[in-house]
Amino acid sequence: MSWSGLPLGRRLLWVAILGGVLLAISLALGMSLGSTPASWRQNLAALLDRGGPEDILTTIIWRIRWPRALLAGLVGATLSLGGLVFQALLRNPLADPYILGVSGGSAVGAILGLLAGLAPFPGVALLAFLGSMCTLLLVLVITSGEPGGRKGSLLLAGVMVNAFCSAVIIFLVSITQDARLHNILYWLMGDLSMSAPNQTTFLIYFLLPCFLVVLCLARPLNLLLMGEETALYLGLNVVLTSRILLVVTSLMVSLAVCQSGLVGFVGLVVPHLFRLILGPDHRLLIPACLLGGGSFLILCDLVSRVLPSQGEMPVGVITAMVGAPLFVLLLMRSR
Amino acid sequence: MPPAVLVKHLQVSYGRQPVLRDLSIEVPEGAFFIIIGPNSSGKTTLLRAMAGAVKPQQGQVEIWGEPVGHFSKKALARLVAVVPQRVVTDIPFSVQEVVLMGRSPHVGWMGLEQPRDLELAMEAMTFTNVAHLARRPLPQLSGGELQRVIIARAICQQPRLLLLDEPTAALDPAHQVNIMDLMAQLQQERGLTVVMVSHDLNLAAMYGEQLLLLKEGKTVQSGRPADVLTYELLEQAYGCPVLVDTNPLGQVPRITLVPKRFLGPPF
Repeated sequence: MSWSGLPLGRRLLWVAILGGVLLAISLALGMSLGSTPASWRQNLAALLDRGGPEDILTTIIWRIRWPRALLAGLVGATLSLGGLVFQALLRNPLADPYILGVSGGSAVGAILGLLAGLAPFPGVALLAFLGSMCTLLLVLVITSGEPGGRKGSLLLAGVMVNAFCSAVIIFLVSITQDARLHNILYWLMGDLSMSAPNQTTFLIYFLLPCFLVVLCLARPLNLLLMGEETALYLGLNVVLTSRILLVVTSLMVSLAVCQSGLVGFVGLVVPHLFRLILGPDHRLLIPACLLGGGSFLILCDLVSRVLPSQGEMPVGVITAMVGAPLFVLLLMRSR
Repeated sequence: MPPAVLVKHLQVSYGRQPVLRDLSIEVPEGAFFIIIGPNSSGKTTLLRAMAGAVKPQQGQVEIWGEPVGHFSKKALARLVAVVPQRVVTDIPFSVQEVVLMGRSPHVGWMGLEQPRDLELAMEAMTFTNVAHLARRPLPQLSGGELQRVIIARAICQQPRLLLLDEPTAALDPAHQVNIMDLMAQLQQERGLTVVMVSHDLNLAAMYGEQLLLLKEGKTVQSGRPADVLTYELLEQAYGCPVLVDTNPLGQVPRITLVPKRFLGPPF
């Protein structure tokens, strides 16, 4: 029987199993590979044996690589889900938190918070959220009322908002000589190396409820894909649902940006990949994007750590090198 | 028993442009009601007002005695289904998935369908003769197939009132009759109230039990086809000469458009 012939529950089960396996493999790889060489036997032993405090490898794996892989997974899942939601809400396959400038807006907010000397939470996170909401509203206001040229103008508005945000960020960095901002340029390109275990666990408490809200709105997202008017006729409160989705998505994206900087194109690559495989049903796409997006960024982070012979490169370099060509391809196909 | 639809002094404007002006009509339960009129006479707006998609400036629409605005979106969608003029066709949902969307007002937010929902979808697809297309993606359908899929989705909603906006506009004659027959069957066998916007005066004459002729947001005439489709009223509404005689099939009017060259030399 073909994939589309399977009942939805069965397909959902397959997505959960395969996605779970993919995530487990990615996590295992992300935690075993790195600058400290070890055989797979040693790695396996260290992975399974959490307790041994004397073993250096165990410490490296559980104190350094695990929080980092976990953060990469959370950020990847968040950005993929963000892209998926924006693409459905705006009915534009090219929408993504980075391209729309939402990530840039949160970065401006976050840097302002850092400069003002606020605590990472709630101060910096709140400013990042406000920044993301402002840019999102700005982009939506610029593009509202012209349904015909929406695809193009949405992208243009996003590019402009992004350019403005970058300028503000560089401006802010230039006028301060704060030592805290020394690796800000790395952060701008997306960087997971600053992950601290307690911050990552903290992130989980905020992101998981957001994921759950979006998951509950899977069917409304399907309806919105069919157009706002049709969604209304099928009994959806379009205005309320859209608002909830916009706020929740902006919130989780800004939280991710606070921790990881501007990782681009994840929200574009992952949803499109899964749409090709699974079709347009969000009841499948949301779990797939969470599991697959997490895996994708864990693997990208792994490459960015392992590839350079000295030091490491920002993970955003890898995601952009994969994502930008794909973006161009999609843009050409959508014409 | 209140009427299926009661429109009371309805006034709707888009910006400053009034579209419906003090319109009052009544659609009895179980009727086949067809709205006709020239372009931009407010037909679609009237239909959208009945579906709760436009807010009137004045007056109101009641569905079985209850103002449309009092329903939650979900409750209204369980009572009223709409087949819009334009639908999104570029999303590769399968036909079955699209028809199952009609169950949305009946299932929870998580939205996993029960076997009962699948049964209803299959029954609706069989009724509109698209069951063999169940797995076909939406973008691969022809115009006639697409229209029958959207109607199946509306049936799957289990509404008591079905609103259709020019469902036969882009179809060939065979499909036009097919769609109209389906509507008549729904109305007669299942007791649905059908309200349709149409540009095809002859189809309206043959299928409609009650017609409403609109011009510039106001009623020109409403009633049985023979009372509405007279050449005086049609010329008044459309501003073009028409010929009205009796349809050879039965006691309904037949409208013939008159090309300019038959009108004779100018006076």
